[in-house]
Amino acid sequence: MTLEPITASIRFGYGPRPGEPAPADAAAWLRGQLDRNDPLANGPGPTAVQGLEALHADQLDRKRKLKPDRVRRLFLAENRTTGNHMVDTPMPFRERLVWFWFNHFTVSLKRPFVAAVLGDYVRTAIRPHVTGRFEDMLLAVMRHPAMLLYLDNAQSFGPDSVAGERRHRGLNENLARECLELHTLTPAAGYTQADVTDFAKILTGWSIAYPALLARGAPAFRFYPAAHEPGAPVLLGRRFPPGEAGGIAALRFLANHPATYRALATRLATHFVADAPPASCVGRLEAVLATTRGDLRAAALALIDEPGAAIPLTKLRTPVDYVVATTRALALPPPRRFPVLPAMAALGEPLFAAPLPNGWPDTAADWAAGEAMMRRVDWAYDLAARAARHDPVAVADAVLGPLLSPATRAAVHRAGSRREGLALLFASPEFMRR
Amino acid sequence: MTANPLVPAATGLRLTRRAALLGLGGAVALGRASLALAAAPTDRRFVVILLRGALDGMSAVVPYGDRDLATWRTGLLTGQPGRPGGPLDLGGFYGLHPALGGMHALYAAGELAPVHAIAGAWRVRSHFEAQDFLEMGDGEQRIDSGWLNRVAGTMPRRGQGDNAIAIGATVPLILRGQAHAGSWLPENFRPPAVSLYEQIAALNRHDPVTGPAFADGLRERGFIATMQGGSQRGPGRFAFAALARVAGRMLAAADGPRLAAMELGGWDTHVAQVARLRYPLTELDQGLAALKEGLGAAWAHTTVLAVTEFGRTVRANGTGGTDHGTATVAFLAGGAVAGGTVRADWPGLARHRLFENRDLAPTAELRALAKGVLAHHLGLDQAALLRVFPGSGGVAPMAGLIRTDT
Repeated sequence: MTLEPITASIRFGYGPRPGEPAPADAAAWLRGQLDRNDPLANGPGPTAVQGLEALHADQLDRKRKLKPDRVRRLFLAENRTTGNHMVDTPMPFRERLVWFWFNHFTVSLKRPFVAAVLGDYVRTAIRPHVTGRFEDMLLAVMRHPAMLLYLDNAQSFGPDSVAGERRHRGLNENLARECLELHTLTPAAGYTQADVTDFAKILTGWSIAYPALLARGAPAFRFYPAAHEPGAPVLLGRRFPPGEAGGIAALRFLANHPATYRALATRLATHFVADAPPASCVGRLEAVLATTRGDLRAAALALIDEPGAAIPLTKLRTPVDYVVATTRALALPPPRRFPVLPAMAALGEPLFAAPLPNGWPDTAADWAAGEAMMRRVDWAYDLAARAARHDPVAVADAVLGPLLSPATRAAVHRAGSRREGLALLFASPEFMRR
Repeated sequence: MTANPLVPAATGLRLTRRAALLGLGGAVALGRASLALAAAPTDRRFVVILLRGALDGMSAVVPYGDRDLATWRTGLLTGQPGRPGGPLDLGGFYGLHPALGGMHALYAAGELAPVHAIAGAWRVRSHFEAQDFLEMGDGEQRIDSGWLNRVAGTMPRRGQGDNAIAIGATVPLILRGQAHAGSWLPENFRPPAVSLYEQIAALNRHDPVTGPAFADGLRERGFIATMQGGSQRGPGRFAFAALARVAGRMLAAADGPRLAAMELGGWDTHVAQVARLRYPLTELDQGLAALKEGLGAAWAHTTVLAVTEFGRTVRANGTGGTDHGTATVAFLAGGAVAGGTVRADWPGLARHRLFENRDLAPTAELRALAKGVLAHHLGLDQAALLRVFPGSGGVAPMAGLIRTDT
């Protein structure tokens, strides 16, 4: 089975946009996206330093009983850009990879101060590394204020360190635990509580620069030797050097551990191929990661060639995918769209507010519930009111092509109004899938 | 109380429409016995509240009588028992967190029973693994259904309605499985005409994933519309208490569900626990009050079980919070509960008593608690209990959890 252009667009992107010619060679179109630069990687926008400064200024306002809104304004402006970029990007495969890896390294507004540095996190820690090495992405993530704040490491002190003793502060193992469990090894690797504790010690001192340092032009990440736990902690039977170098070495070690490759291969296959991907598919991706030492571009290329990826519509779209695909399908200019990120929240998957550090789930069983599906339809019906001059049959042909079933085409054609026709298209079993 | 008439074992294997659509079988074997019983459905209600994120049991129910408590937890205590800001006394050794004033009143009325130093059969400290085990009802192997779903499978099917409902947009693992379970969350959109929904349902009818989901969604919406006097709109806010109130009304209805699962998060207090824990505890407290209000007279026949995946460290961590631990507290509430007492075999907080020198040691198991409720509240017999919790033969149901005078 060869990868058809329509399947490539839906499986690896957010579906076609009417009026955009389908690529002749689907695989070449996908590969091309991996060779071009992401214009938003390290792109313009508020930096982590600016975000932290806004956060501090808001905190001062709060003390003065003023209403703080610097972080909120900064965040809302970014949200609009982010949502529209997902819809309009000429490189939808690359964009899907960005949000796949963001979800792998979830940070969430459940800890509200994350809002101050979230945009910079995606721009500098995720986007530049989507076709790079996993170990570089892991390091960038673990040194970013968003992750250091979200999982509390910014406030973790070595209990026997100078600062820990003076300030009676101690370890917080949250980041260390989730890094082992979610970001790298997964519990299948069989690490122990002692490994978690020692990894937390290795990461003590990894924090953010305080306001006076930022004012003098310091970068947002800062290693505080005085907060670093002395001694020689052991992680998975290995000793790591003291100081900041120990954390870097430990992360490079974890990033390239066979259990990590296995976990990443499973996640990639589950996201892009099928809810229960064949073991052979996971094995091939794992082998690619192992032979290329975690080259994520190589893994993405391997995904394109997976035989299972050519089978159309095996996955249920998550609310995030559904909102972007529907908005693309109507080809509405930004002012006539529903704001994309609030729509994702209304459908049950607020992109930046995952409840827990394991991010959003990825399978049909997680999303195919009654009320959840009804909400999709209600939202699509509302949105379709803004596209009442579109020919619903033409939209259906454009966004599903040969995958459009005769039953859906007939229902769309027979619908009582253009709006209802579009709603039926967006509620059809084939549009619900990717 | 007399045992609830139970469905024969065959009904537990009854194939649902969903299973049939998935190609799991042809015939729907609804036994004669269960058809007969369907006319006499249980009046007992059972609600499980999943407290996701690991509740610090020793902050919710403070063992202030343990002389070692202050050694480990100075920075985590809110005040002296009986004083403003301190724990609300539960009879001389334990006290409820001051945010739990409503639950304190339930305790005084004999309608709340905290169960302390309890844990699941698992000893993992991963939220996600432990929540899966909590919902699957096992601590060793993965089961592809939730234990509350398997409880629903032991109950007779009653006409149009579901026995079980998830209060939320999606169905959590605890309610997933063979038995049919609905889901409901109030919506804020202006809905299209009913006829369009019918067309959508028809378009998806033969799809194994979206077909059943749309059928469920339509039925739940129709059901709630009658609950709310024809209004299509639910409460404007998704706050836990508002959801709990409507859940109570749904459960109270004569043809409503009898089992419900709710979820409440916000418990993962790694930092500044004293300040942060107040919010979810207040939500839980108000949620139970709202559930009781919604249930009305049916509260007398209700048991609520609030459980979390594990407890938190006995010692404070370096940031005024606690990290992932082992034993914690669970709550039973409801008019059917034999409350007004804290049930615990208290392990003590002396250093040598701690589990792995960091956690409250477990002296009771969650399956024993759940089995005690299922046996004495819903009348499940030994065979049914083993279908709900496979391999739990060695775990005896706790006795005396449920009142015998109702």
